[in-house]
Amino acid sequence: MTAILCEDLTKHYGTVVGLQSLDLSVPDGAVFGFLGPNGAGKTTTIKLLTGLSRPTSGRASVAGYDVTAGNAEMRARIGYLAEEPAFYGWMTGEEFLTFVGRLFGLRGGDLARRVREVLEVADLGPAARRRIGGYSRGMRQRLGIAHALINQPSVLLLDEPCSALDPMGRKEVLEVIEHLRGQTTVFMSTHILADVERVCDTVGIIDHGKIVAQASIEALRERYAVPVFVIEFEAAPEQMSVLANHLQRQPWVASAEASEGRLRLYARDLAYARQTLPPLVIASGMTLLHYELTAPSLEDVFVHLTSASALTSASALTSASSEMSDAAEARQ
Amino acid sequence: MNLSVLLGKELREQWRTYRLLGMALAFVAFAGLLSPIVAKVTPELLKNLPTGTGQTITIELPEPTAVDAIAQYLKNLTQTGIIVLILVAMGTVAQERERGTVVTVLSKPVSRLSFLMAKFIALTLTLAASLVLATLACWTYTVVLFGPFDAGVFVRASLLSALYLWVFLAVTFLCSTLTRGPIAAGGLSIGIYALVSLLGIVPRIKPYVPAALIEGATRLALGESADAGRAIATSLIAVLACLILAHWTFEKREL
Repeated sequence: MTAILCEDLTKHYGTVVGLQSLDLSVPDGAVFGFLGPNGAGKTTTIKLLTGLSRPTSGRASVAGYDVTAGNAEMRARIGYLAEEPAFYGWMTGEEFLTFVGRLFGLRGGDLARRVREVLEVADLGPAARRRIGGYSRGMRQRLGIAHALINQPSVLLLDEPCSALDPMGRKEVLEVIEHLRGQTTVFMSTHILADVERVCDTVGIIDHGKIVAQASIEALRERYAVPVFVIEFEAAPEQMSVLANHLQRQPWVASAEASEGRLRLYARDLAYARQTLPPLVIASGMTLLHYELTAPSLEDVFVHLTSASALTSASALTSASSEMSDAAEARQ
Repeated sequence: MNLSVLLGKELREQWRTYRLLGMALAFVAFAGLLSPIVAKVTPELLKNLPTGTGQTITIELPEPTAVDAIAQYLKNLTQTGIIVLILVAMGTVAQERERGTVVTVLSKPVSRLSFLMAKFIALTLTLAASLVLATLACWTYTVVLFGPFDAGVFVRASLLSALYLWVFLAVTFLCSTLTRGPIAAGGLSIGIYALVSLLGIVPRIKPYVPAALIEGATRLALGESADAGRAIATSLIAVLACLILAHWTFEKREL
């Protein structure tokens, strides 16, 4: 079953295109990473999926319910955490969760039990009776996740759940998300690739309001990532830049860039690069510290797909993405 | 129905953020208690007014009565009362939008109509409680300072002033729905208040504006007929129109 389905979903803000013909399918039970640079259309998509915003055209459904009308039946089945969740500072955490539980129709013993459960999941038990106004950012984010879970949602929509957190806060929130695997479908927007690699099993990459790929992380790596040579020198940045510029002009090199003592080279012809690159490195005269042909990371895929060159071949990618989407669903 | 859940939250918010207490105290102090005192002492203060040249001007005023106390009470309600009311109500929707809590609530199975209704009902109850306390305080003080006075007349005059304030509560509520922040909502509300007050100067319009309610209340205190039927009708229509417009714009708003 499909938990989230978007068909030709488009949103314009006057002349600004927020989202352009988005087609997206998220299988039931997936922990889906919705990846894209800032301003790509992630929050717009989530606001459309929650019914808080209306599409210019197209349609979407969540948990089997049409969301374009923003109907209450759909909202009873979802949990939503905004990028910067807002609460009533005069309430305690427990009062807020009780209030939200009542909005979902919970009463009496069921409500009290569910409030205790989500407080435990979010590790907020000791702070439950403190005013939210005094909570730290991490605690507020965890309270946001707790409130989004109170109705045991079929689909949980999280908008950049870790972007404003310190490393410890991020770790705590990601642990909560990992804990949800198998219990609910999680749709998580983010621009932090490490978070996606850690908790998501499927990703969709959006750029400039368009989906450029959707598949499992492994499938994306196999399909899109170009092997990358990582070379570290003990040398001045200027020397490394000279080498990078020289390599960039070679026909077998897709791109070469030097930063922080490290040179990253993407090859067009891998076999040729394996033979030709070592002599060039030695001839540079710089002290070599490290030489590696690495497996592609999600970051490499992301950079590749959101670069201008990737956009020009968007049509090819889109057709390939549907193929991989099927493969990802089969994996589920 | 989530209206009762939302109304419960709104009423608790009115209490916990001191809005109810603030409005009640301001109404009781500035309108309820101060009005009979001002009515009582004003003739004494004016009796021997210094001119600044060492001489005094003697102004003879008639002996103050309970009617003067009521007139002063109505005047204070239409000035201080309006300002307090706008300050309390201007953030009701605008502040939730500004802070983002409106998104937190409306992403739940809550209709926008329930969200607005709960807020307006809570504000109306806060206004009603404040007015009841202020009226009681004013009536008690009036009786103490001026002697017995017909409580029925006092209640009817207060109901007319309540309707007057309710109109501007609805106007402020609408402004809070239309604008992005409480300050803008407050400014717009004061602007509309000033405009409506100016309209009252036009003789043909005068019987229909909310200020005619206060004039009717004063006539009641004097033992005359209120003659405020047209103002009551237009005020009720104005409240309804504000609520409908608030709902219409809020339903269309992207959050």
